[in-house]
Amino acid sequence: MNFLCAFLFAGVACLLAQIILDNTKLTPGHVTSLFTILGAFFAFLGLYEKFIQFAGGGATSIISNFGYMLYKGAYLGFQENGIIGLFSELLCYSSCAIAGVVVFAFVLTLLCKPRD
Amino acid sequence: MNKDEYKKLVNRLTPKEKKSKNAIIAFLVGGLIGVLAEIIIVIIMECFATSRVEACQWSCLIIIFIACLFTALGFFDNWVTKAKAGIILPTTGFAHSIMSAALDYKRDGFITGIGANVFKLAGSVILYGIVSAFFFAVLGVIIYG
Repeated sequence: MNFLCAFLFAGVACLLAQIILDNTKLTPGHVTSLFTILGAFFAFLGLYEKFIQFAGGGATSIISNFGYMLYKGAYLGFQENGIIGLFSELLCYSSCAIAGVVVFAFVLTLLCKPRD
Repeated sequence: MNKDEYKKLVNRLTPKEKKSKNAIIAFLVGGLIGVLAEIIIVIIMECFATSRVEACQWSCLIIIFIACLFTALGFFDNWVTKAKAGIILPTTGFAHSIMSAALDYKRDGFITGIGANVFKLAGSVILYGIVSAFFFAVLGVIIYG
């Protein structure tokens, strides 16, 4: 049941993105930015927690999760450390994704030859 | 129905079919990536007895690594052109954009090539993610306290 929810949630999000891509002049960059902002917006409304409870990996594997983690870091940072926490804890949870992708990309770029 | 009308009808209908095919492929591929993430989360929670949050981070890292590796090996670009939003929207798209930018600009050197261009495509996600999350957090603090 969990897997079905994950499939449906991630699938519907990708379906919406594909419909936006096909029917407007927006590029993939626009669409991913839009979904990141939507993730932060749903986190602000308190809905993204429920999405994750409902869909598990389906909700954490799409790019909206990035916006959610940024919002969560900033909001919880304010609760702990006040205004400076907004800035210092903003990247707290999403650091995993950014650091991971930068490290892997750099190491693999060193190892692999560029294609033509 | 004469030929002109028939042509108009064809012109009107052909792209729509392609669009629905694109949408179905995006739905299936995106859904499969979601299921893959869930499977990795469950396996890690079972095998290493971690909390769910930690397992989510591991699954995120593993998916990013797979996407980077496949991009480096060269066949991920074909997948992206076929599945489009199904791969672009999950974290794989984020990893793919950084990895392909790094690979493309490798020959321009480390600083002016990789360093200057690595966030060329993914930069917009990071910029607007941080800015929007910051202002939503300020709004959240004002409203929820």
